[in-house]
Amino acid sequence: MAVTTSPERDIVATPMQRATREALYAGAIALGLFVLFIGLRTDQNISNELILVQRWWLLAVVVVLTMAGRFLYVAYGQPFLANQKIVDVATGLLPESMATRFFRLPYFIAAIVIVAVLAFLAGSLDGLLGPGLAGYARFLRALAIIYALASVMFYFRTFIHAHFSALGITALALYPIIVVLVLALYGGSVAAGFQGSLKWVDNYGIQILIYVMLAWGLNIVVGLAGLLDLGYVAFYAVGAYAYALLGTQYGLSFWILLPAAGAMAAFWGVLLGFPVLRLRGDYLAIVTLAFGEIIRLVLINWREVTNGSAGITGIPKVTFFGLMTFNVSDPNYIAKVLDIATSSAYYKIFLYYLILGLCLLTAFVTIRLRRMPVGRAWEALREDEIACRSLGINTTTTKLTAFATGAMFGGFAGSFFAARQGFVSPESFIFLESAIILAIVVLGGMGSLVGIAVAAMVMIGGTEVLRELDFLKQVFGPDFTPELYRMLLFGMAMVIVMLWKPRGFVGSREPTAFLKERRAVSGSFTKEGHG
Amino acid sequence: MQYFVQQLINGLTLGSIYGLIAIGYTMVYGIIGMINFAHGDIFMVGAFTALIVFLILGALFYSVPVVIALLVMMIVAMLLTSLYNWTIEKVAYRPLRGSFRLAPLITAIGMSIALSNFVQVTQGPRNKPIPPMVSKVYNIEGVSVSLKQIVIVIVTALLLALFWYLVNKTSLGRAQRACEQDRKMAALLGIDVDRTISITFVMGAALAAVAGTLFLMYYGVIAFSDGFTPGVKAFTAAVLGGIGSLPGAVLGGLMIGFIESMWSAYFSIDYKDVAAFSILAIVLIFLPSGILGRPEVEKV
Repeated sequence: MAVTTSPERDIVATPMQRATREALYAGAIALGLFVLFIGLRTDQNISNELILVQRWWLLAVVVVLTMAGRFLYVAYGQPFLANQKIVDVATGLLPESMATRFFRLPYFIAAIVIVAVLAFLAGSLDGLLGPGLAGYARFLRALAIIYALASVMFYFRTFIHAHFSALGITALALYPIIVVLVLALYGGSVAAGFQGSLKWVDNYGIQILIYVMLAWGLNIVVGLAGLLDLGYVAFYAVGAYAYALLGTQYGLSFWILLPAAGAMAAFWGVLLGFPVLRLRGDYLAIVTLAFGEIIRLVLINWREVTNGSAGITGIPKVTFFGLMTFNVSDPNYIAKVLDIATSSAYYKIFLYYLILGLCLLTAFVTIRLRRMPVGRAWEALREDEIACRSLGINTTTTKLTAFATGAMFGGFAGSFFAARQGFVSPESFIFLESAIILAIVVLGGMGSLVGIAVAAMVMIGGTEVLRELDFLKQVFGPDFTPELYRMLLFGMAMVIVMLWKPRGFVGSREPTAFLKERRAVSGSFTKEGHG
Repeated sequence: MQYFVQQLINGLTLGSIYGLIAIGYTMVYGIIGMINFAHGDIFMVGAFTALIVFLILGALFYSVPVVIALLVMMIVAMLLTSLYNWTIEKVAYRPLRGSFRLAPLITAIGMSIALSNFVQVTQGPRNKPIPPMVSKVYNIEGVSVSLKQIVIVIVTALLLALFWYLVNKTSLGRAQRACEQDRKMAALLGIDVDRTISITFVMGAALAAVAGTLFLMYYGVIAFSDGFTPGVKAFTAAVLGGIGSLPGAVLGGLMIGFIESMWSAYFSIDYKDVAAFSILAIVLIFLPSGILGRPEVEKV
């Protein structure tokens, strides 16, 4: 028998050679991928014809960056990561982890000093450094603050880990108060504090909590019952339009319509549930996706009722349980009743606590349901449908209750969304929203409420932060708009996080039912979620 | 009657494009059991590549015969789009093979978002119209058939024939079918599974790129967001025909094309997509694994 060996196999390439080769490959691939899309740009000229604009320098920069990145990763990154796992022979200990090397006391002190100096000079930065450098200085200050906060969290990590839920809920409950207080101290007056808090409470707080609630709702369907739902946004839309239409047409209050919207969404959940009872896996996925699209298309085209793509405007605000309102012109406007200064921040802060309450309700119901027979039936259904049926569980009602419960929370979130925006249009209920919610559920670790909340904070908060990067305009020129890159980075972040942690942020599972002792197992032992 | 035949021809054209995209979905599903959500955007990248090649040809030469221009557009689009899908498979799907079912689905959705926004960032968000390439229309007994439609149907038929040959008659196709049935066994028998899967992605992307070029020629306009709707319709077509089955994908594509054109002709153009999706739901209620799909054997 002839044994053939290729001569290259015998020579072991040094890391440097390997890195160079890999970098060349990466450069060639990047060149192929980007030559038409970055090297050339299609643009309209004055007579509205398409013309090509050349920008080869940008292509060259991107290709060189790709090559450099690949080279550094293969030459230094990979060996470093491999070394992290090797135990030191002399001491028998693992090498210092990256985190302990990154968070050190001298660095922490340096960060604090930088923050203090820059905060002291805050007013005169522009004069001292000029507007360009001042932008960098502010960015440096933000980085130093983040580093200092992260160091503190790292130092108390065992405590935080042990009391995560309690600490998290406390932090969320105090968040608007802290924001107002800090900004009031910074701005020098309470009014400035309220005014400045708008962005932080609305864009970050409420926005993230809406997604937390949606993801927790979808978690019941996907994480617990194991039914892949790609059209969850349909129930969100049902809830939003239920409040928008009934609120504007009949003037009903939010507090009546909130349960009504939930019930309506649950009804639609059952309606969707019936035809898909027999479907499994990916067939189920496409039908739910189709259902979501049908709802959106009907909302666009049924113009007599939904006003089509223009949407519904003038949706009434939520009242303070009917006692006070948030409309300045009303006689029982909150500022008049309580005799305080007029500010639009009260409404946002109230909405923040409302959505926080709704989130906690969702979490509470989920946790309680998991201990009830129906919750256990969901989890059994997820792990094995046939075994489930042979044990006498009625899979029909199990699936329908999962759809209905999940949809109900979607409906709640939807009516809250309509009340917060004051405006709904089909634009808000595209497939991308369903995809984002599903991504949050999976990235969070399927079934783990804490993990999902963290994932929502990272993904939604992260994309919101990108709106703040105005200083980049000083680097790339005034035409540069960081907002454009938001969704591009969001998509890439989804891929990277999934590759880094395929089981989501919370990868271990604690069983609901157990024989003698409750022990967390690795996520890979369960089929999809919390086991 | 003439009206009906007219709609039949429109449906056939549309269905050919859907069918070409649907094959990419169904092949990938058949071999690694994942829904490649980025496939619709791969189609869009193909159409955009064809657009840029069209503009390059226009800038370099005074006039190019339409046939040659179309061929060049198609070939370059096929090559570059394949490179995209190949890279995506390598970077985003391969490390997650053997992980749980939803992980690659999420990276696919992430890739789809990243791809469409990449094109938006680099090429701008506006619609990109091109002057009509082929404008001849034949009138046969009151039924108007444009040359564009004939080109689309002929190109699709040729490609499908080539594709059928590749899958059924070559060793590459045999390897693909083997991997589809049992990946581990195929690996034991000496088939390079990774390579076969890569080639599957490349083939799917090449077909989607042709569909993109034909789409650009037919409608004369493309935008960064145009990948989603044809992508979802093609996926619907693949499921309708029975996901994993290649003839099923083509059949499903044609059915979706016919439903759409008939519905817009006889009922309401606004609700054509609703009709397509509703029929999908109804078919799946009675045939839970699609028209030509094999029912899944449940093993306990």
